[in-house]
Amino acid sequence: MTAAAPLIELRHISKSFGPIDVLQDISLKVHAGEVLCLLGDNGAGKSTLIKILSGVHRPSAGEILLDGRPVAFASPKDAQTCGIATVHQFGGTFPLMSIGRSFFVGVEPTKGWGPFRVFDRKRANTIAVQAVRDFGITRIDDGDRLVGGLSGGERQSLAIARAVHFGARVLILDEPTAALGVKQAAHVLRIINEAKRRGLAVIFITHQVTHAMAVGDHFAVLIRGAIAADFRKGERTREEITDLMAGGEIMAHIEAAIEGAHADT
Amino acid sequence: MTDRTAAASPALARRSAGRAFSPGSHLRRPEAGALLGLLAVTLFFLVFGGTGFLQPAGVASWLNVAASLGIVAIPVGLLMIAGELDISIGAMIPAGSMTVAIIAGHGDQSIWLAIAAALALGVVVGWINGTLVNVTGVPSLIVTMGTLFAMQGVVLGLSVLFTGTVSVALPPEESGPVAKFLFGQFIGGAFQVVIVWWILLTALYVFYVHFSPWGNWIFAMGGDRESARNAGIPTRRMMVLLYILSATSAAFVGLCQAILFNSAQVSAGMSYIFNAIIAVVVGGVLLTGGFGSVIGIVFGTLTFAIVNQGIYFTDFDRNWSSLIIGVMLLAAVLMNNVFRRMALNYSPKRT
Ligand SMILES: Nc1ncnc2c1ncn2[C@@H]1O[C@H](COP(=O)(O)OP(=O)(O)OP(=O)(O)O)[C@@H](O)[C@H]1O
Ligand SMILES: [Mg+2]
Repeated sequence: MTAAAPLIELRHISKSFGPIDVLQDISLKVHAGEVLCLLGDNGAGKSTLIKILSGVHRPSAGEILLDGRPVAFASPKDAQTCGIATVHQFGGTFPLMSIGRSFFVGVEPTKGWGPFRVFDRKRANTIAVQAVRDFGITRIDDGDRLVGGLSGGERQSLAIARAVHFGARVLILDEPTAALGVKQAAHVLRIINEAKRRGLAVIFITHQVTHAMAVGDHFAVLIRGAIAADFRKGERTREEITDLMAGGEIMAHIEAAIEGAHADT
Repeated sequence: MTDRTAAASPALARRSAGRAFSPGSHLRRPEAGALLGLLAVTLFFLVFGGTGFLQPAGVASWLNVAASLGIVAIPVGLLMIAGELDISIGAMIPAGSMTVAIIAGHGDQSIWLAIAAALALGVVVGWINGTLVNVTGVPSLIVTMGTLFAMQGVVLGLSVLFTGTVSVALPPEESGPVAKFLFGQFIGGAFQVVIVWWILLTALYVFYVHFSPWGNWIFAMGGDRESARNAGIPTRRMMVLLYILSATSAAFVGLCQAILFNSAQVSAGMSYIFNAIIAVVVGGVLLTGGFGSVIGIVFGTLTFAIVNQGIYFTDFDRNWSSLIIGVMLLAAVLMNNVFRRMALNYSPKRT
């Protein structure tokens, strides 16, 4: 697509937790304005891979390049400073905190100076409420409400809205549509397209083929920690992608097995 | 990043920014239950004991108890908000008093050296607690129980080794007038100077926990440790800092007591463990973390101290105060649960 260096690149990344090898020799590139869909079965290592990209884990081997330059993230803060915002698979919000405070955890807006800087509650609430409302969650209009009082999908929308707000260059979404209704899921896909149009690099993890095919430019399939397939939009059929996502098994066989189970009972 | 700010509609800004002033909005705050509890016990002792405990001598009796307890209860409460416990304070209070008494009283060294050593001991033990909790992943109740007993052993052993006793004198002439004035005087003949320290420290805590950006981190850590870490909060460093704060605060209370009473005993802190936890929980802090307030802890501390001392102003036998504290603890926790549920379910307009 472009001759420029990829915005973010992984070279020969491996990761093991003690004796368990979770990722082996992963190499991937994402250009600005491109969506990479990361697919794979449960336990394939998708979340682990994006935790490396967001500074949560350090790779056991290999390197990460940002704009063609090697970077090492010592903490999630480092990755954020480089403009990488991540919505992790679980959590991301704090049930007993207010919407405004939860939105700005770790990047609190302040007013005043020096040791007398105070948390700017008004500004935090206004921005947070606006960001979730932009998401189509119009039921929320008070930033002092506690996050725990929101529905699961509203909480997830809040986490995504936060990442979109702070994701300056790379947006990573780990199964963002898992808890969402049809309308909100469609909105997440719209958000991804919008981020792409603004020139962000997006990494999107999903188990839903329809969602992947709707926004993906580039697909990578992980099977047991290794890249099993890496292709661009239009190079594979929907059935082939589905089979790959099921960990390489032929979906038709799986469906037959389900039918069989039904027949037995 | 900032361009989105301007996009907020003015009407929305007004609605989301101004805190609605209604009695409901106060009931939803963490300290609501503690304030009601405080009013209830005050009323109880007014009815059964008369106004004696609100006279200066009476006020001094419970304020003195509250101040020493309050100085340790706030950092213990912050740890609880962050999702951890610290019971090693029970050993750090006598450790603080024995350190000053041994160095300045028994060893005839400068009182300032002794005070610095006591506080440094707090920093070291706090650092050990925090690091052990971070590294081992063992529940902090067990980790600090370990350091509680370890420090008791160290204090007892060293005390016997250096002085041959378990109780060391710290005569006023060894403390000197300045240290005595700062840490161990009775203001107006009845009010311990730690009350002033408690008020100053409380003001600092209120600012840092509820107004500065760092306070947010403590709540986030208790709400969801992993998400807090993923959001870029240095959770491990914060944890070590909070443990240093509680151990040093306990050592500080210990050294103030030694200077005030002119002596130190090895076994003078265990009651603080339960008392601090009671004050914190009655004060509206959620035992599992993520919710609470400094002012609530102050109310909880005052409530505890009034029950503890108020009994002397009634005709009841002293032993009944434990019954009141037990009932009050349960009532406070139930009430706090109700208020927290109200806070969670609150939405400005029901649709
Ligand atoms: N901190 C850890 N220590 C040890 N093993 C881990 C750790 N984190 C993940 N694993 C292991 O790594 C493997 C991959 O996990 P990961 O969460 O990356 O899978 P995933 O592809 O995101 O799956 P899912 O689709 O279910 O979210 C799993 O077998 C998991 O048990
Ligand atoms: Mg995952």
